[in-house]
Amino acid sequence: MEKFDIIIIGGGPAGLNAAMRLSNMNYKTLVLEKEKVIGGKLNQWDKLFPDFTPAIDVLKYLTENIKQENTQISTSTSVTKIDKSDNLWKVTDSNNNEYLADAVLITTGFDVFDARRKEEYGYGIYPCVITSVDLEKMLETGTINFPIETSDRRRRIAFIQCVGSRDEKSGNHFCSRNCCICAVKQAIEVKEVVPDSDVYCFYMDLRMFGQHYEELYRRSQQEFNVNFVRGRVSEIAPTFDNRVVLKAEDTLLSRPVKMTFDLVVLMVGMNPSEGTKTLSSLLDINDEYGYVVSQDEHVADNLTNKAGVFVAGTCKRQLTVPETMKDADSAAIEIANFLNRR
Amino acid sequence: MIKFGYAPVVSRTLDLDSSDFSLRDELIREVPSYKKCIGCGGCTSTCSAHQHTEFSILRCNMLFRRGKYDVLEKELDKCMLCGKCLLVCPRNVNTRDMIIKMRLLVQHKNKKQ
Repeated sequence: MEKFDIIIIGGGPAGLNAAMRLSNMNYKTLVLEKEKVIGGKLNQWDKLFPDFTPAIDVLKYLTENIKQENTQISTSTSVTKIDKSDNLWKVTDSNNNEYLADAVLITTGFDVFDARRKEEYGYGIYPCVITSVDLEKMLETGTINFPIETSDRRRRIAFIQCVGSRDEKSGNHFCSRNCCICAVKQAIEVKEVVPDSDVYCFYMDLRMFGQHYEELYRRSQQEFNVNFVRGRVSEIAPTFDNRVVLKAEDTLLSRPVKMTFDLVVLMVGMNPSEGTKTLSSLLDINDEYGYVVSQDEHVADNLTNKAGVFVAGTCKRQLTVPETMKDADSAAIEIANFLNRR
Repeated sequence: MIKFGYAPVVSRTLDLDSSDFSLRDELIREVPSYKKCIGCGGCTSTCSAHQHTEFSILRCNMLFRRGKYDVLEKELDKCMLCGKCLLVCPRNVNTRDMIIKMRLLVQHKNKKQ
């Protein structure tokens, strides 16, 4: 059974950043990734808000700066068992390999909300309805594929906020934090690809909390003519020509609105990933959603109630990419301190 | 006296000092979810009455919160209690029950006065 200083479960931005920090401090590090390639959700996003940094650049920086001789990366590997053996943690993976380590870092991240669960929006039923992840794939290719051909009218694209967030009907009370600004970013990108189009964004509240977010929101209005409608969309229905008509309330005018669109983008929220739910319940450090609970959000946010088990990134709560990276930095410091005391 | 058609302009300011909040606690006891409304308009966008009249559940909720029971009584009568709004509300407000209980409370109150 091979012994490591630290086993990192999850090879996304949090896991790779922690691996980069720890391997450069000469700790023997193992990264377990369930997918065929490392990078996690960085592989699903084309550009990152608010400055349109290519996600691939972040991934490249991380992989290039990991100290190879101290790091072992195992892909297509998920964790099935994790238990304490003497003073060490024993991790069993899906190929029945067993590893020992002084410390374990959980960076299993998030999954996007399954939009099919909001049946009234018709994802998977109407081809005009896609998710923000689907749109991101299109943006990567540089073209927007509209399901219906046309040449004689301006295209209309809608963004719908809070799909699977702030919604008790889907069991998620929380705000996913990233979708507001992500929709603004994607709206701008859509307008760049299809300048001759009208883009509408339907929202309950717009939360532009981060640095440069408000500026990007302003730019989307000023330079790109993106329209914002305050009101929750109640339903989406097909039209005779296979587009979709969207029904909402314009709460600022106190009148119901409807509008026909060529493409509707559902801004899907962030849920704990399956791996996060499994691990957090295996270790009994889960909250009601399956997120990992840290020891103290203010002063010990990378520690858990299990000594030697650390946590970073979106397996804990909804974070942006820069927040995730910084969280992994601080986790690396906590882990280094912990290993030095041994 | 000759009438020239002039009249004093009444202020549009919502004077919360003159509001009546006496029914608030009672409604909270009966329909606790009433407090959770975030004014997204999901209910009104699906409401059949709202498509053709000025009736708005969201407005009813706000009028009640602001203690304007006199205007509210007539508004509440327009609801047909179909309950479509219940299916949409992201905050799970028991909208139909809220309307029924508001009606009872406000009618009772206004009758007494």
